[in-house]
Amino acid sequence: MASIKEQFEIPGSLKTWSYALIGIGAAALLYGMFTKGFSADEHEQVHFWGTLMYNTIFWTLVTNAAMFFICFSTMAQAAWMQSFRRIAEAISTLVPIFGGITLLVLFYVILSHNHHIYHWLDAEAVAKDPILKGKVGFLNPTFFIVWTSLTIILWSYFGYRMRQISLEADIAPMDHETAHKFNIRSMTRSGFFLVWFGLTVASTIPWLWLMSLDAHWYSTMYSWYTFASSFVAGMALIALWLVYMKNKGYMELSNSEHLHDVGKFMFAFSIFWTYLWFSQYMLIWYANIPEETVYFKHRVQGAYKPIFFLNLFINFLCPLIILMKRSAKRNFTLVAFMAVLILFGHWIDFYQMVMGSLMKEHVSLGWLDFGILSFFVGVMILMVARSLASKPLIPKYHPFLKESIIHQV
Amino acid sequence: MAQKKFVVGCFDEEKVLFPAVKQVRTAGYKIKDVYTPFAVHGLDHALGMRETSLHTAGFIYGITGTATAVSTISWIFTKDWPLNIGGKPHFALPAWVPIIFELTVLFAAVGMVMTFCWLCQLAPGVKKHHFHKRATDDLFVMVIECTDKTNTDDLLAFLKTNGAIETDVQVAEEEWWFGTYDKEDDLYNTKQVAL
Repeated sequence: MASIKEQFEIPGSLKTWSYALIGIGAAALLYGMFTKGFSADEHEQVHFWGTLMYNTIFWTLVTNAAMFFICFSTMAQAAWMQSFRRIAEAISTLVPIFGGITLLVLFYVILSHNHHIYHWLDAEAVAKDPILKGKVGFLNPTFFIVWTSLTIILWSYFGYRMRQISLEADIAPMDHETAHKFNIRSMTRSGFFLVWFGLTVASTIPWLWLMSLDAHWYSTMYSWYTFASSFVAGMALIALWLVYMKNKGYMELSNSEHLHDVGKFMFAFSIFWTYLWFSQYMLIWYANIPEETVYFKHRVQGAYKPIFFLNLFINFLCPLIILMKRSAKRNFTLVAFMAVLILFGHWIDFYQMVMGSLMKEHVSLGWLDFGILSFFVGVMILMVARSLASKPLIPKYHPFLKESIIHQV
Repeated sequence: MAQKKFVVGCFDEEKVLFPAVKQVRTAGYKIKDVYTPFAVHGLDHALGMRETSLHTAGFIYGITGTATAVSTISWIFTKDWPLNIGGKPHFALPAWVPIIFELTVLFAAVGMVMTFCWLCQLAPGVKKHHFHKRATDDLFVMVIECTDKTNTDDLLAFLKTNGAIETDVQVAEEEWWFGTYDKEDDLYNTKQVAL
């Protein structure tokens, strides 16, 4: 393996771009914070904090999905992803950072008792409202803060443990016994993450962070829908970095065979997302009960109509038609294009999930949204690149690496 | 129904089989097929077979299913027998989606299975010549078609040098036939025939 480039050197252009994006983003963020976030007008406040919320929650969940990918692959003893697992690991190092920002934003919203964002924070309104009274055991500030903190700390901690054990594969060749023990230990550690992931992303966290924006409304599909949205975007992000690294001449051991399988995940989970989207929509549309249709009324018939159908077009029709062919999933340009499209599509999806509930009358998509997005993209690019540069790109002595090199679809 | 002469070489390891396939093809012989006990990764490429079109067929069947479902349901519910169901519009697309989806899957699945059987010439009662019984057990059986110019002795020696553990020449029915294996007695009369 003498010819393999093990060390990533961050190109100057990447640094320039990420600093520029962070600069634009930070300017928009600060300007928005002082003109809107701390303004006396509650609409402006809701606009700013809502925008910040969906961006930070989106990026936390997406980066966490990269760790979920590593963990379920480890649990299934999958070998094919070993040649590019360091990309997914590098993306997952952002969970503590974006998670920390999410904590700050949510704590601010909770502690400033902003009941225009979370209606259930208004104690008087809850006391008069039998539905909210029934939910008070779950929707209360103490539980929210404790559960949110615990969630982010444990995501970060279990993710950190997974990255640490992966570093053991860099040290020395393993004999059969060591490799076996290494495998069992990796699986145990991934198990901890997966169980906690199931208790949070696949159930409680979307209820708490996003669904409780419509405190009266509920849907049993909501958490899975959010999970599918973040997971498909996470796979798109991995694909995008894989294509970038290949373009720069790294990741020699990954080829179109690996890209094909990443593309399959993007395709399959786009369909899965649509399945959940539709299951949620169709049952509510068919039953036509006012307390349920309240969620969709302004989205399908009101101001959010274009966003709502754009969402379905980008996240369902485009992947279905473009990614269906085998040759498309093996084409680096096309996969990169689709990855950007899917990331943008699910960002829009999170936009309508949050802002569609907070500002029902008009669509606010504008400089603030794209400014804050540019901040998060800039941080993501810079931190993932740094994390990639900080350790070898290939887990050289991983027991499954050979199987990954000869991977064939 | 035509009988043809084949040279058969049996291999017991993948890593011997692959170079042998390459050698035989570069030498200009025409490989009819390689019968293996399990699916061997990359063998189709080594044999120079073209990519299957089964998935294209599947797509066409799926689209047919979608079109059938949409046109049938919309005709029934808007033209033939409109019913007021819960005050919903007659053209109630969301409610039809599960059925449209099911028919798409049904058409694609059944169509692809039948196409697969057609392409592989599989059907109840259809019989084909077995070149070696151990092809379903532990041997990779390479079958080479002979022409008038083929020197079988040379070919047999060539296969031996490329690692075949067993070789023979068979005159056999090349297509399928309908019936029983009684014909086998006539067709499998071929141990080391010199033509």
